[in-house]
Amino acid sequence: MQDEQLILGGHSFSSRLFTGTGKFAAKDWIPKMLAASESEMITVALRRIDSGGMGENILDFIPKEVVLLPNTSGARTAEEAVRIARIAREAGCGNFIKIEVITDMKYLMPDNFETLRATELLAGEGFTVLPYVLPDLTLAKKLEDAGAAAIMPLGAPIGTNRGLETRSLIALLIENCRLPVIVDAGIGRPSQAAEAMEMGADAVLVNTAIATAEDPARMGRAFSLAVQAGRLAYLARVGSESATARASSPLTGFLD
Amino acid sequence: MSFYSVIKRYHGVDFQTLLNQVTPARVEAALASDHLLENDFLALLSPAASVYLEQMAKKAHSLTEQYFGRTIQLFIPLYISNFCANECVYCGFHRGNDIRRKKLSLAEIETEARAIAATGMRHLLLLTGEAPAVTPMEYLEDAVRLLKRYFASVAIEIFPLETEDYRRLRLAGVDGLTLYQEVYDEKRYGLVHKAGRKTDFRYRLDAPERGARGGLRMVNIGPLLGLGEVRSEVFFCGLHAKYLQDTFLQTEIGLSLPRMNPAEGNYQPDYAADDRTYVQFLTSLRCFLPRAGITVSTRESAAFRDNLLRLGVTRFSAGSCTGVGGYVEQEETGTPQFQITDERSVAEVVQSVRAAGYQPVYKDWDAI
Amino acid sequence: MEIVIRINGQDEQHKECTISTLVAAKGLVASSLVVEHNGRIVKQADWHDVSLEQGDVLELLNFVGGG
Repeated sequence: MQDEQLILGGHSFSSRLFTGTGKFAAKDWIPKMLAASESEMITVALRRIDSGGMGENILDFIPKEVVLLPNTSGARTAEEAVRIARIAREAGCGNFIKIEVITDMKYLMPDNFETLRATELLAGEGFTVLPYVLPDLTLAKKLEDAGAAAIMPLGAPIGTNRGLETRSLIALLIENCRLPVIVDAGIGRPSQAAEAMEMGADAVLVNTAIATAEDPARMGRAFSLAVQAGRLAYLARVGSESATARASSPLTGFLD
Repeated sequence: MSFYSVIKRYHGVDFQTLLNQVTPARVEAALASDHLLENDFLALLSPAASVYLEQMAKKAHSLTEQYFGRTIQLFIPLYISNFCANECVYCGFHRGNDIRRKKLSLAEIETEARAIAATGMRHLLLLTGEAPAVTPMEYLEDAVRLLKRYFASVAIEIFPLETEDYRRLRLAGVDGLTLYQEVYDEKRYGLVHKAGRKTDFRYRLDAPERGARGGLRMVNIGPLLGLGEVRSEVFFCGLHAKYLQDTFLQTEIGLSLPRMNPAEGNYQPDYAADDRTYVQFLTSLRCFLPRAGITVSTRESAAFRDNLLRLGVTRFSAGSCTGVGGYVEQEETGTPQFQITDERSVAEVVQSVRAAGYQPVYKDWDAI
Repeated sequence: MEIVIRINGQDEQHKECTISTLVAAKGLVASSLVVEHNGRIVKQADWHDVSLEQGDVLELLNFVGGG
């Protein structure tokens, strides 16, 4: 039974595991990890150069076929996020942008309000916007209306590796939101990624757990298998057609 | 120790007030619970829960799938005698009814067994009216031993017995007991059972326990909806099942939900449960007792039964005749105990079960 | 002639030059660099065509690892 591909921004993804380039001990792990995990989209960040200026170009470590997902990390306001997005696009990254606006420096929680504003602005400029947010159904509806391409709810605060602490809120999004749901942040173990997929998430984004493993390539593969397993389990439960149509017919309709 | 001690706790309780006091918030709390208590069960049975029916149905559906998978156990009833010494105002076999009384000889039982076995059915429910003098223990044991040659499972739905007699029948091959209390309200019980051994409320109430103590694997109970106020009757039946489950861990407890149906004698029930309420009862029971088997018989229509398949039912009778014998073609079976509404053949029921995405189970086990 | 331009938020004094000269003077690796000049990205192919003037604002950026 074939799973349908995940379509975002006109691009078809076979792999529902997205990865990130942050926190690797050495950049040459990145291409090995991408090969092992078969991930088709990876995040990058934009920064002012170090004054030394001799840094390697991260883009050299990413195969051409892998879609770049620049993030707006560092932005504190919607305007800053928009600026970073425009720069990234101009620099040749394509139209994908992960909006990450964090004003809380203690827990690194996303600023949902600024993120919504940035989404409105950037969707209007033709970006494929993936907003990273604290799961909130009302916000999700507004992001839908604003033209986001997906929603990326956090599973747990960045760095905590506590898995799907927000699972019941994520479940609400999966059930009620028309946008693809990509769980980001907090996934520390492949089993947690499987859990997200079993619940019906459309994809997961895993960075830290893979990058900081002793063997990131192997961990990348582990996550890839977990994501596939979770997705298969979800499809087996609902039947692959109704994976897109989440409503089911009423059991007591016959009484009416 | 007896279920009566549970009934006593509710003596004097005004169920109508209690049920009408249930709020939507209370229903929601009950629905959200993974481990329902008595008052959660009551909340689900209340009028206030009616608007939550679809949610109850979804929960009942997924609990049934979880604990039973997508299977429906099939069984078929065989009445071997309609002699009866009781006067139950609602029953076709009422001793005052002028009907043709019949009792099958062993040879006749065997003929019926062969005919039934040809349909593929492997679980048989053996029934009699209540007339121990006409159908004494030896006759019953012989019948059971005979039927065991044709059927993997033989259960009985006969008059209440002593523990020792249940043990005897178990040794002869019986694995299950069905016995409906009919009505749990003692006063109502007295009104509808006018004469005969059946007037003894306690004796009947304690019989399922005696069956369990006699070592029977399965015990199945039920109210006869219509004889008493329906919501409290289902409440007590649920509590009865829970009591049996908690007390007899080795026994599989099930419930049936028979709804009153015209029979010889033209009894008009004082109470009724419409289809929506019936579904509410079924789904509430499933939520309260996730592991209890629930039977719906051919008293209910084919269309209704098919819709119930996904709502918590786990056992279906099929191809039934409720007169004496009746499976050998063109015979005169006499007056039925109750009117059957679903007259489909075994094959037709099996087809419907499969069409609903469920597997019809002819045989659950073999005693070896 | 010396000019003052703001580079990555800091004022710096430099001789008048083009972007490509500046990049070379700073010893930066061109291939990984993204240059934003007065709010507009300048593609690498165009660096020697853009002359820097007094008060210009330059952002010298690159892509780095990030989650």
